[in-house]
Amino acid sequence: MALSEPTMPGASRVMGEPDPTGRFGRFGGRFVPETLVPACAELERAFRTAWADPGFRGELDHLGRTYAGRPSLLYEASRLSEELGLRLLLKREDLNHTGSHKINNVLGQALLAKRMGKSHVIAETGAGQHGVASATAAALLGLECTVYMGEVDMARQALNVFRMRLLGARVVPALSGSRTLKDAVNEAMRAWVADVERSHYLLGSVMGPHPYPWMVREFHRVIGDEAREQCREMTGGDPDVVVACVGGGSNAAGIFAGFAELPDVRLIGVEPAGGAAASRGIPGVVHGSVSFLLQDEFGQVQEAHSVSAGLDYPGVGPEHSHLADTGRAEYHPVTDAQVLDAFGLLARTEGIIPALECAHALSWIVQERESLRGQTVIMNLSGRGDKDVAQVQEILEAGGIGGVS
Amino acid sequence: MIDLEAHLRAARSAGRKLLVPYVSGGLDDEWVDLVRAFADAGADAIEVGIPFSDPVMDGPTIQEASVVALGRGTTPTSVLHDLRGVADETGVPIVVMTYYNLAYRAGDVRFAQQLAEAGVSGAILPDLPLEEVGPWAEAADRAGVASVLLAAPTAPDERLPCICARSRGFVYAVSLLGVTGERTELAATATVMAERLKAVTDLPVLVGVGISNAAQAVEACAVADGVIMASVLMRMRLEGTSVTDLGAYVASVRRALDEG
Repeated sequence: MALSEPTMPGASRVMGEPDPTGRFGRFGGRFVPETLVPACAELERAFRTAWADPGFRGELDHLGRTYAGRPSLLYEASRLSEELGLRLLLKREDLNHTGSHKINNVLGQALLAKRMGKSHVIAETGAGQHGVASATAAALLGLECTVYMGEVDMARQALNVFRMRLLGARVVPALSGSRTLKDAVNEAMRAWVADVERSHYLLGSVMGPHPYPWMVREFHRVIGDEAREQCREMTGGDPDVVVACVGGGSNAAGIFAGFAELPDVRLIGVEPAGGAAASRGIPGVVHGSVSFLLQDEFGQVQEAHSVSAGLDYPGVGPEHSHLADTGRAEYHPVTDAQVLDAFGLLARTEGIIPALECAHALSWIVQERESLRGQTVIMNLSGRGDKDVAQVQEILEAGGIGGVS
Repeated sequence: MIDLEAHLRAARSAGRKLLVPYVSGGLDDEWVDLVRAFADAGADAIEVGIPFSDPVMDGPTIQEASVVALGRGTTPTSVLHDLRGVADETGVPIVVMTYYNLAYRAGDVRFAQQLAEAGVSGAILPDLPLEEVGPWAEAADRAGVASVLLAAPTAPDERLPCICARSRGFVYAVSLLGVTGERTELAATATVMAERLKAVTDLPVLVGVGISNAAQAVEACAVADGVIMASVLMRMRLEGTSVTDLGAYVASVRRALDEG
């Protein structure tokens, strides 16, 4: 494996800054109600200033190290590697405080909210990981926190609802539409419109209006930067493939960002078959930006269906849309049944119970093991599976999905 | 099709306060009758919602109306089909309100043409702010459809003239920080917004979001050129109020505005 170097400065950067209108190629932008335009512009200025400020970066790094547990391990999954015939390295974001990569973004945004003089953060959540992380950061930094969550997801993830409440957050059910993540985003945006002067919208993925897709990716870039250095130290070179699951796409954006400028490294995003916006969507505008979207012939947004509440989203971040468009990253769908198999496989071979979201990434690796034979593969293990154990038990006891158990 | 701005300016010049009631397109079998009833009741224009799956600028009432309409199989095509000829017949211009993805999916030019062919005079797209409105606004201009922009209380002073310069037909003053829905009182920001806009534009200034009864409409019109009323009407309709009775309600708002 050759150690390839990043492209020279001056060349247009892959996963660099979006253009001044917040676009990655033809995707992105700022499609929000007029009420929110000044708040988005203010956030962009504040982020730009903070990100260039060593004081802010130092504070965030300090919290990452002393509170969230960074750097996260890059773990060589030897038994599973042997079984699959490849070299599998797991980026252990599941070992972060609160159990997923989400902590990277919420600490960044909560610090920024304080810097902007906001006293309240609003968040949406699907599986509850971003909601729990937001409630945690709000508790840590003394901010009020309100989390919007689809009513269906509140039932699927009741323990996470209780966790958020324990952490002092208010959890409000989203009762409209499919009552899942997309509706929670709608409710959070409505709440932000009504309370924009006091509140920061702590958006949980690389989606939404500019500057969110860029800002959230930058807060997660640490995943990819660490993984690249750890991989070089461990293997003496760069991986052949980097794999991550994609709903909105924040964990994938974070790990891709560390490798995007290494042209020999393949970037793979894995989507649920029932919510495969990047692999099967059509460009559309919802939740603030142009991106690939599951929609009907008239532009009505369709509902996603996935065993994983965190990936139950009909869109995907605009930068992923651009990476798919240019071919720099590939996006592949996997089915719920395949995901459940991978979930069990990692538990049995490595003693690690992954979040159902990350089991998507592993599922693709398992299916592609012949073509990946002998290669070095980094998978972002973006969250732990404790939250999903009860749901998986229910599914397996009911006979599994599609006859797979 | 009726020229929205000319129509509203003429009414204003005649000393009239402008009343724009709202109907959710495809809400039920009688929704076009409701448009006609509002025209008969003295509306100066009628706002017709084309339902969208993810209406982020709308509160619970319009959300519910959208869900009901979509559940009946309502599409942009069906709403525009039903509207064909209605404005000519009543003499009252129709302005559609929907979200940008429906235009984006069809294509800006094609969507603007579809509106024009149905006799629609204008369009309000609340998730399309000034910075993003360009391609749509150009297509709408070319099709003769007025692209109405919104101005919100959060806008700094220097932003308002830019919004007014790009808005066609009228400028939509968002009365408060929040989404559509009834409120017990008119927000203090409503007349402030109208004043700020009147100071920078000669376009008709209509206040919307949260105008919930005749008294609030009158209060807003002390400064504004007119009001848009939506949630109160759709709530009454969803509760079963007949076309006749809802028309009579709009007529009572009309009288209150005329009496000042």
